[in-house]
Amino acid sequence: MQKIIFTLLFLFVSQLAQAKLEIEIIQGNASALPIAVIPMQWRATDPRPQTGVAEVVSSDLYRSGLFDPMDEQDMVDRPVDAESIRYGTWRLLKVDYLVIGHVKDAAGGNGYDIVYQLIDVHTQEALFSQITTVGLGDLRFGAHRVADAIYEKLTGVAGAFSTRIAYISSTGVGSDQNYQLFVADADGFNPQAVVGSPEPLLSPSWSPDGQSLAYVSFEKGNSAIYVQNVSTGQRELVSSGKGINGAPAFSPDGRYMAMTLSASGNPEIYIRDLGTGQKRQLTQHWSIDTEPAWSPDSQWIYFTSDRGGKPQIYRVPLTGGNPSRVTLEGNYNARASISPDGTRIAMAHGRGNEYRIAVLDTDTGRMRILTPGTLDESPSFAPNGSMILYATREGQRGVLSAVSVDGNVRQRLILAEGDVREPAWSPVIR
Amino acid sequence: MNTTWRFLLALVIAVSISACKTTEPATDTTATDTTDTKPTTEVTTAAAPDPRDYTDARNFDNSESLLSKRVIYFDFDKSEVKSEYRPIVAAHAAYISANGSAQVTLEGHTDERGTREYNLGLGERRGNSVSGLLSAAGAMGSQLDVVSYGEERPVCRVSDESCWQQNRRVEIVYTAR
Repeated sequence: MQKIIFTLLFLFVSQLAQAKLEIEIIQGNASALPIAVIPMQWRATDPRPQTGVAEVVSSDLYRSGLFDPMDEQDMVDRPVDAESIRYGTWRLLKVDYLVIGHVKDAAGGNGYDIVYQLIDVHTQEALFSQITTVGLGDLRFGAHRVADAIYEKLTGVAGAFSTRIAYISSTGVGSDQNYQLFVADADGFNPQAVVGSPEPLLSPSWSPDGQSLAYVSFEKGNSAIYVQNVSTGQRELVSSGKGINGAPAFSPDGRYMAMTLSASGNPEIYIRDLGTGQKRQLTQHWSIDTEPAWSPDSQWIYFTSDRGGKPQIYRVPLTGGNPSRVTLEGNYNARASISPDGTRIAMAHGRGNEYRIAVLDTDTGRMRILTPGTLDESPSFAPNGSMILYATREGQRGVLSAVSVDGNVRQRLILAEGDVREPAWSPVIR
Repeated sequence: MNTTWRFLLALVIAVSISACKTTEPATDTTATDTTDTKPTTEVTTAAAPDPRDYTDARNFDNSESLLSKRVIYFDFDKSEVKSEYRPIVAAHAAYISANGSAQVTLEGHTDERGTREYNLGLGERRGNSVSGLLSAAGAMGSQLDVVSYGEERPVCRVSDESCWQQNRRVEIVYTAR
């Protein structure tokens, strides 16, 4: 029964936005936890959503690569409360965990209560019973919170399903070209435009409090760095000197921003104090030094440099000093994204004309290639380090994909129209 | 009657002769400045400009002149101006150094391969390459500006070498002539 799941494709269509989600299984994960998220009984006021809470939870858990959710069609039994669970059936089906529950109107009538339990089939115990309350229209967000709670209970790691992603969408050609920076749910649903321009936009980067996005815009005729509050829309011009103003990256404490400036004659990494506006030059070399990324302890700045001939990842202490080379395999490595625990570095890895996402383990020095390519770039770690969002191609069109960090599950997000690129995964927003 | 006709005939001849005379741009510098803004609307019987006169603004639209060529192409991952493009750069250097009012932006571009921010750097390197050759040949630094668009402004969107090579370029854009 579960082998069918390994070869199945899911298509989810949201009635809110034209986002489509296609989940592609690369290879089964033998240690993925078998779980059945039973469709939740709807006890609230109609209209009920097209996509139920259970479906969103299942999809989230599946995307992580750590779970093997049962397909709804295979659910011979659909208990709503713990008393009606026939444990023998689920043991025969080799399911280890059940999620059961219902949705009712919240007290006060301004939202919903998702009332659910996570059951251990073998011990026949409820691991927890919870009520997640959300406002009207926020049922998907509630489902993501449920998935986060289940994920954290069973893996010990906080979930990242109720987080957001930012990305750039480009439509039209030539003088009709238009660019938009979007913020959407982590599964690609519910996109909201943050800023639009007929000139290029690139390199969105989240502030650590998840409230603002830094990005590069060519609206003034040359690259410039802006920081914009996502809710209020207010923005500030941070850098617009001669030459390149690019690759903004907030420090983990939000007080500084690393960036690339070429006003001195060639692209170098600078650290800017966002409070005082003062900046400090960190690299000093005639090569292209760009794409800075902070280590989570703020001790190191990782960056791309072609000082050795072709782009490779280097790192330099935040306090300054001689950069040292980090990547030793492959003739092109760029655009580092550091995992939240600092042990892994995702990057764009090029061989010949093919570019793939690779992950370097900083402990062992081993590099693993996670994606098939051939024009994969801009990897961005989920805030819990479990998945990597990146930009790839489908024919001529740019699309986003998410791959679990062990490479076992890959999911393609087809969002809105146009060519999508430059994804950035938000931090956890509490 | 005879006198009037002779006078008129002489007048006609005189006008014809003066119309045949070609105006020498070099001897009338003020005229050159004012005709700069309207190079294509000259409807006279004056001869076409010498395509090798790179100080003549009319050659921007003369397909026989190197001044009409304003895109330099590059090899993959490279920023050196290849020898086949050097005469084009030299022609523009001649124009810019002869015309103090000229302002040029070198727009640097790359193909789609590789990361976007790195490609901003590579596009700038290409723009700087052309800019360096122009100033070595007499253009003033204050007349030159370099802007990189990296891979953000492609002229074609097919993932093969025939398109990639069209995108690896520097465009010579005159913001003032």
